[in-house]
Amino acid sequence: MNMDNVLDIEHLSTHFKTEDGIVRAVDDVSLQVRQGEIVCIVGESGSGKSITAMSVMGLIEAPAGQVVGGSIGFQGEDLLQLSRNELRTIRGNEIAMIFQEPMTSLNPVLRIGEQLMEPLMEHLKMSKKAARKRAIELIGEVGISRAEQIADSYPHELSGGMLQRIMIAIAISCGPKLLIADEPTTALDVTIQAQILDMLRRFKEESGMSILLITHDLGVVAEMADYVVVMYAGKVVEEGEVVALFENPQHPYTQGLLRSKPIINQRQEELYSIPGQVPNPLELVPSCYFHDRCAHCMDICRTTEPALKETGSQQKVACWLYEEAIAHV
Amino acid sequence: MSTIHGETTAALSSPTPQPVKPVYTSLWRQSLRRLLKNKLAVFGFVVVAFMFAACFLGPLFSPYTDNKINMAFMNKAPGLKHWLGTDALGRDVLTRVLQAGRISLTVGLASMVLSVFVGSLLGVIAGYYRGIVDQVIMRLADLLLTIPSLPLLFILGALLSEWKVPTDYRMYIVMLMLSIVGWPGLARMVRGQMLSLREREYMQATVVLGLRDRRKLFNHLLPNLVPLLIVIATLNIGGAILYESVLSYFGLGVMAPTPTWGNMIDAANNMIDFQDHPWLWIPPGFSIFATVIAINIFGDGLRDVLDPKQKR
Repeated sequence: MNMDNVLDIEHLSTHFKTEDGIVRAVDDVSLQVRQGEIVCIVGESGSGKSITAMSVMGLIEAPAGQVVGGSIGFQGEDLLQLSRNELRTIRGNEIAMIFQEPMTSLNPVLRIGEQLMEPLMEHLKMSKKAARKRAIELIGEVGISRAEQIADSYPHELSGGMLQRIMIAIAISCGPKLLIADEPTTALDVTIQAQILDMLRRFKEESGMSILLITHDLGVVAEMADYVVVMYAGKVVEEGEVVALFENPQHPYTQGLLRSKPIINQRQEELYSIPGQVPNPLELVPSCYFHDRCAHCMDICRTTEPALKETGSQQKVACWLYEEAIAHV
Repeated sequence: MSTIHGETTAALSSPTPQPVKPVYTSLWRQSLRRLLKNKLAVFGFVVVAFMFAACFLGPLFSPYTDNKINMAFMNKAPGLKHWLGTDALGRDVLTRVLQAGRISLTVGLASMVLSVFVGSLLGVIAGYYRGIVDQVIMRLADLLLTIPSLPLLFILGALLSEWKVPTDYRMYIVMLMLSIVGWPGLARMVRGQMLSLREREYMQATVVLGLRDRRKLFNHLLPNLVPLLIVIATLNIGGAILYESVLSYFGLGVMAPTPTWGNMIDAANNMIDFQDHPWLWIPPGFSIFATVIAINIFGDGLRDVLDPKQKR
């Protein structure tokens, strides 16, 4: 494992057992997050991006779901091999996570301050008094005024945007090395989104932590990412440094995604959308899973799975189109 | 026209808009306000409060004591000197009813506290850990629930008499017995609630925060159960008082000479007292009736306020 990488996921596979068969929600996914870097995982619903994050956090609950293979390296240790207790000391302390729905991620019967104090007391062994003082500071740091008053209020008294700030405050409270943000702005309105993203970037710059950002919003990707991983049906189909990927998307799916993004000041009759639907995860056979939605589909795409191959200096793609190109050169 | 115009401009140009001061009403205060609107529940509470006050403070003002025998005043009808009359041994009935209330209410309260403690602890553990722990606890609860409470209490009460347990200890053992029948139903309800609570997103958030199980259970989950517990606990007191009275009536609970509402009625359980001295059994009977009804009314009101989803 490369020590530069804060997070080093190798060949991760997470499967869910259902009555109809096994769903390969995450299938042989590898990705790295370097120190101080923001990596975005993009993909539509059901592409396995959230499950990847949950696997890292150990939130996949047996017996329904199970991480069946691979490793999740974090600072040289494999998270999958750690005991429950060892994992507990890392979660919330060195790896933190923000969820999509701030409204339901806080306990409705506890005051904001109490919920902020908990990880401080748990991981940093602060006294109650010190934790409260720090909690109030943190509320201020995420840009909420009247911190003292907010600390004593209940979650239902705050707006969604404020709650997401609180969630960020809780997440950064112990100075994590890695922050996993699972669609942190999806439930918020656009103006608040920008503020939240700015704040995340500011904290990243101040503390040097890394962020694994999960989103389906290419606008967010363009604004935040250093490195982008595109997932489709549980697999990584393309990854690359953000500018390269936006300028030269190679996988037909990435191209489709970028084309379906509305362009400001340019009114189109109809917004482009990728034809077809995400394949049923139960009916997947060895093939390029995108083949029946792909305009460039070839025979080989229906029968054999393309491997992730390096095509540029900082770009990898899993598509037979480029396999051939490389072979011809 | 001009006046209307004048008014509108005045309204528009009214001095700096009053800063709207946010009213932070806590959940409890909101609940209290709603409870106060329910007249029946308030009435229930007043009656319960009166019973408690009368039983615990009343005897202090009484010139008589519960076991003072006075042969000069046997079986006197209610009058100025003895407001509720005297019994066959010349003891003041009012004082005895109040003293008995102390015992009955204490037994009810203590057995409630004990069964809420045991029931919620086991329910929380069963619901959170699931699996084998859940199986063991819930099967034990099922076992106790399959035996009808009253026969079970009779057997336990009979054992007490058989083993010649000193009268002084009987009260405490009766409390224990009542919580043995009390906790299984409670544990079930708590477990059911836990099963739904543990799947909430904020519980996932506590996993992500790396909190200890103890903190998760008692800081995060228990507070969510408090409304449910308050309601069950209140209704539980009524049931416990009733059971204690039944046991004492059958001579299996707290024994004479220590008065309880149940054994006072039992003492009047003969043709002569029943027909000729109604003041011996009406006051304790009415006390049981009023207290239990009042507690149930109040408990129902509490449920409507704290647990609106659980309507009958």
